[in-house]
Amino acid sequence: MATLLLADHTNKALGSATAKALTAAKALGADVHILVAGHDCQAAAAAAQLAGVSKVLVADAPHYAHALPEEVAPLIVSLMGAYTAVVAAGTTTGKNILPRVAALLDVMQVSDIIAVHAPDTFDRPIYAGNAIQTVQVADAKKVLTVRTAAFAAAAVGGAATIETITGPAAAGGAEFENAELTVSDRPELTAAKIIISGGRGMGNGENFTKLIEPVADKLGAAMGASRAAVDAGFVPNDWQVGQTGKIVAPELYIAVGISGQIQHLAGMKDSKVIVAINKDGDAPIFQVADYGLVADLFQALPELDAELKR
Amino acid sequence: MKILVPVKRVVDAYVKIRVKPDGSGLELANVKMSINPFDEIAIEEAVRLKEKGLATEVVVVSVGPAKSQEALRSAMAIGGDRGILVETAETDVIEPLAVAKILKAIADIEKPALVLMGKQAIDDDCNQTGQMLAALLGWPQGTFASKIAIDGGVIHVTREVDGGLETVKLKTPAIVTTDLRLNEPRYPTLPNIMKAKKKPLEIKTAADYGVNLAPRLKVLKTTEPPVRKAGIKVGSVAELVAKLKTDAGVL
Ligand SMILES: Cc1cc2nc3c(=O)[nH]c(=O)nc-3n(C[C@H](O)[C@H](O)[C@H](O)COP(=O)(O)OP(=O)(O)OC[C@H]3O[C@@H](n4cnc5c(N)ncnc54)[C@H](O)[C@@H]3O)c2cc1C
Ligand SMILES: Nc1ncnc2c1ncn2[C@@H]1O[C@H](COP(=O)(O)O)[C@@H](O)[C@H]1O
Repeated sequence: MATLLLADHTNKALGSATAKALTAAKALGADVHILVAGHDCQAAAAAAQLAGVSKVLVADAPHYAHALPEEVAPLIVSLMGAYTAVVAAGTTTGKNILPRVAALLDVMQVSDIIAVHAPDTFDRPIYAGNAIQTVQVADAKKVLTVRTAAFAAAAVGGAATIETITGPAAAGGAEFENAELTVSDRPELTAAKIIISGGRGMGNGENFTKLIEPVADKLGAAMGASRAAVDAGFVPNDWQVGQTGKIVAPELYIAVGISGQIQHLAGMKDSKVIVAINKDGDAPIFQVADYGLVADLFQALPELDAELKR
Repeated sequence: MKILVPVKRVVDAYVKIRVKPDGSGLELANVKMSINPFDEIAIEEAVRLKEKGLATEVVVVSVGPAKSQEALRSAMAIGGDRGILVETAETDVIEPLAVAKILKAIADIEKPALVLMGKQAIDDDCNQTGQMLAALLGWPQGTFASKIAIDGGVIHVTREVDGGLETVKLKTPAIVTTDLRLNEPRYPTLPNIMKAKKKPLEIKTAADYGVNLAPRLKVLKTTEPPVRKAGIKVGSVAELVAKLKTDAGVL
């Protein structure tokens, strides 16, 4: 039997998380089919091009327009007779929908897998990544969300067949009202090769614009933040990196004015190279930083900007 | 409108936990325990709704060993009216699916219009229970809430999503799970802590609700993640950039 992978998409485009979750789905060893549930959705073609996908199922209907779990979960459940596993990226969409599927199937979900040892055996982090559990699933059907930072994106180069399906009628109960999405030309946090994040030490939101943005521009980097910076209203919520925010693993992570509490480290400590800029030489962030600079950020960031110009 | 708030007793967020060298689990003897921070936000929100006259009663529930009474008392010190402890053995492993089944049985009896709970327990980091409960009850769900507004039989939930914020409209009864920005929980006052000790607390078992606690996941081992070694301190920005270019090769 095959594995069903729920696509993350915006109706216009396929999200970068799907190709990473696909790598985990393929590691289960079975054929992978991707489910694209949306409305006026153009993401199926991109899904069909991912290497190693044999089929793309498209459910296109108004009630799938906003990935409401009340609608998408019954759709997935209606398909599960033909699948032994359902997988989704651990995005806010995947996290919203899959546990609902798991409960309807009477299955315990394995959240945020970071390794696949066997089709029923996975590693997952607990306690903000301070411990790794290896778990074996006893249930016949597997329901898995994937920590995308732990898997490389599958390549393009496939040519899966695309099949249109019709799901159950609208369940109702929940309705999408509106979205305020951050628009930016920058790379997405979870897809960026370089990230520069600011913490409480930044002082205010203007300083992000004045001091971090120019550096991010030169590096082609995404911008992130600690919880303290988000809570203080310096930057939007979707910038938060950490245990309960986004989990990232870029080539280079630059933490500026961030102390390095475990909840923040949980979201970035798997980055390839970590740089910390902090005026407190004892800040815990230096315990994970490859390169630490003990300095006042108000001096160091303009210097960094100037140095990158050269 | 009655509100049900499930709360979990967890290792305090600021404790550095240690993994047992033999892979059998974590060193949890004598570590500081607290109410799960997201559940504290949930109880605060429920109490604010009651203070605004939008809720009539706030019932707090915990599934766990006898000491989970502490989490219930903390929740009642913030303003919960009464508690239900579904007591389990100290050695039981309680998975979200089992918790969701117990909560469903309690919701069937209590008939709340709203279940307000944490988005994530900071020990297992599962982020599942609320969604599972919503599925079992067949209720709509608003997860990762940073704002809620109640308007008759409808609740508007602003959710923290990867791209920013999204608002959904749910028919009650509904499930809402809290994110960090929903509110800042108050510190319970001493008189309220004393009062909480006298509030009614019922003790039940999973069997009372016909729920089997047997875990579905077998934990084969628990290990320490690879430790990241501290690197070097650089003396200047120029040195930093040079190192990133040549040694690290990331610029
Ligand atoms: C349930 C829960 C979930 C959480 N989830 C997350 C999460 O997902 N992500 C997250 O980040 N946190 C999270 N936290 C919060 C976390 O515990 C810390 O409180 C937070 O990460 C601190 O942010 P910070 O480092 O910016 O602030 P602080 O700890 O206040 O550190 C600020 C740092 O800036 C430095 N600084 C100040 N001024 C300057 C200057 N001029 N130049 C250079 N350096 C300067 C200081 O030396 C200090 O080290 C969570 C907490 C809880 C309880
Ligand atoms: N044992 C429990 N008792 C009461 N509530 C719980 C329990 N476990 C989980 N919850 C609730 O479910 C939320 C999410 O937990 P989890 O799915 O384990 O991350 C928590 O924030 C609590 O509100």
